[in-house]
Amino acid sequence: MSDALPEEIAAPHLPSASTTRSEFLKPHRIVLALIGVGLIVAAAMTLRWDWLPKYGDLILAGLWMTVLLLVVTSILGFLIAVPVGLAQVTGPRIFAWPAATFCTIIRGTPLLLQIWLLYYGLGSLFPFIPEIRQSFLWPYLRQAWPYGVLALTLSYAGYEGEVMRGAFAGVPKGEIEAARAFGMGRFTLLRRIWLPRAFQRVLPTLVGETVLQLKSTPLVATITISELYAVFARVRQDTYIVYEPLLLLALMYLVLTAILVYLFRLLENRLTPKSR
Amino acid sequence: MPSGLDLLALSPPGWGGVLLAGFWNSIQVAVGGFGFGLLIGMAGACGKLYGGPVTKDLLAVYTTLVRAVPELVLIVLLYFAGADLLNLALSVVGLGPVNVSALGAGIFVIAVVQGAYATEVLRGAIQAIPTGQIEAARAYGMEPFLMFRRIILPAMLPHALPGLSNLWLITTKDTALLAVVGFAELTLVTRQAAGATKHYFIFFCAAGVLYLALTLTSNLLLRRFELRLRRGMPAG
Amino acid sequence: MKTLISTLGLAVGMTIAALGGANADPLRVAVAAEPYPPFASPDASGNWTGWEVDLAKAVCKAEKLDCVITPVAWDGIIPALTSNKIDVIAASMSITPEREKTIDFSDKYYNTPTAIVAAKGSGYKPTPEGMSGKIIGVQVSTIHEDYVRKHFPDAEVRTYQTQDEANQDLVAGRIDATQADKIALDAFLESADGSACCESIGEVAPDVEVLGPGVGFGLRKGEDDLKAKLNAGIKAIREDGTYEAISKPYFNFDIYGG
Repeated sequence: MSDALPEEIAAPHLPSASTTRSEFLKPHRIVLALIGVGLIVAAAMTLRWDWLPKYGDLILAGLWMTVLLLVVTSILGFLIAVPVGLAQVTGPRIFAWPAATFCTIIRGTPLLLQIWLLYYGLGSLFPFIPEIRQSFLWPYLRQAWPYGVLALTLSYAGYEGEVMRGAFAGVPKGEIEAARAFGMGRFTLLRRIWLPRAFQRVLPTLVGETVLQLKSTPLVATITISELYAVFARVRQDTYIVYEPLLLLALMYLVLTAILVYLFRLLENRLTPKSR
Repeated sequence: MPSGLDLLALSPPGWGGVLLAGFWNSIQVAVGGFGFGLLIGMAGACGKLYGGPVTKDLLAVYTTLVRAVPELVLIVLLYFAGADLLNLALSVVGLGPVNVSALGAGIFVIAVVQGAYATEVLRGAIQAIPTGQIEAARAYGMEPFLMFRRIILPAMLPHALPGLSNLWLITTKDTALLAVVGFAELTLVTRQAAGATKHYFIFFCAAGVLYLALTLTSNLLLRRFELRLRRGMPAG
Repeated sequence: MKTLISTLGLAVGMTIAALGGANADPLRVAVAAEPYPPFASPDASGNWTGWEVDLAKAVCKAEKLDCVITPVAWDGIIPALTSNKIDVIAASMSITPEREKTIDFSDKYYNTPTAIVAAKGSGYKPTPEGMSGKIIGVQVSTIHEDYVRKHFPDAEVRTYQTQDEANQDLVAGRIDATQADKIALDAFLESADGSACCESIGEVAPDVEVLGPGVGFGLRKGEDDLKAKLNAGIKAIREDGTYEAISKPYFNFDIYGG
């Protein structure tokens, strides 16, 4: 049973390119769109936005932090997911079993708990190991972002590792046998057949996983990393305005998701062979 | 200094009882939120399939919004706005304001989030029913509600179950986010216990074991249920 | 099929019970859901104890109010008040002009100096120069955060949801210093972790505009009856000795302040 949602459920669809403009703009849609615009205008006019100029720079810095976290942890996570998936399909027991356990634990416990375990759990051990404070790593271990990056990376690796397992297992037997018949070595087989074929299969699920990853990034705000959510939390706490910052924050994530889905569609179009 | 097992003892000064009470809260919110989420999903799926164009578009906005905005943001937003909206609605129909308990608010928040995902799962499952079955029911003159109860619901369940199982597992983990709004579920009480005793590792690991146990038990039960449902279905 | 429907029914029933359950209308007095010893923290049986909890109960008792202690996340404690989830804030909330724009306060019920704690032998000074280039941890959206941002512009400020976490990171060496209420810091310095690692480096220069006149009960604007009752309650327990009796086990000085 896979914990990852099928792509079409996890990733919201933009109107597909094949929908022509006239199809999309039906009369009732125009009315709905007008109502929507009216709501936005009403929100802009009646709600309080006077805090916006003051926090503009902070919001941009938070946005940058969120994007950076997303890109770095998704790439690192994917790089770990490949061996984790592969180990479960072909690896010997000593690799397969730990890989499967890793996926189960990551997917069976809340990410928030994992983040707190890493940050506060490890932090509570530091005072007992003086060597750590003398080590060259200490300036980094003092900061919060290594823990956030580690937790998010492991989370992505756990979920995507499970998807990769399915992808590796799903490469048709015949292709592998054919490659063997051509005398390919194990490594060549992996590089030329298994990886490309598996990657092709997971590509459509990557967008969903990455959107989920974007939606996980706010959790690191709880360990003092000032990404987008943390910046807006500060706005809320400074000004005691509740809804306006949250609404703008939701809108920003909506736009980020849309951009993400669009970028992946470009990637997918480029990487998948044109249909015959 | 008390050792690990003393800290987890069920009665004070051990914190095991507090942890289990938090765990029970988590389960209650998960069950309640998932149940209401299913109801929302059922209505949403029917609306998306059989509703008018306006209903369809509004539902599309709902599911897109919920799936694109982080759960944490939604939970904070709904947790604060939920009671306001409810009381606004009640005052419109002429009733006084009510106090919303933390548990009720938590269930509401989880339900709204899971409802969007459930809508998509159930819509897919209903679409997977062979049209002939529904047409046959119509041909026999079945009322829409009777048809829904006797034909659509049972025929769709085997298709919906894998997706719903995933949703249940996600729901159990999403309840942890309620810690951020101060609801005393497992993750928050764990942090309180850890903060009070300074034994962060033991408590976070203990909570992890509880969550894992819930996931694995659910997996086991759901797989059994799925096997039972699939009796009499063509293999594959 | 039947099991599914009955499960759904159970869920519906449970939620209705949950929604309707809290309708008996006692006064909901909120403490921060994050432990803040010695003022309010949960014990191993899940009850909230501490000086501030005792004090709030005493005020309620003096005015014959039916009070129930309700933990709420500090992060959302003011929205929770304005959206009617709670009725009174008793979470060591300092009275500040900024907060008074949104909510009302009772008279103060305690006031203590603000201090900074750092690692033993650090030699830091609680001044703008002394804090320059240091990492200071503070609890988010407190007078201490405002103070540090205003007076120590050259320090790196790290904000925590709770003072407890800031203390924990000071022990772990992730921050150089933390500024907070002197009493909360004293309690930390008396703990095993705190006494091993850290010491107070003194009080910060006063700034009434930021630090405010003290701590009061927070309540919704316009609830003047409740405000009058709380003020009368504070006055009553100050006069009949209850205040001192409550404070004695916790503090060896007068926490009410000047």
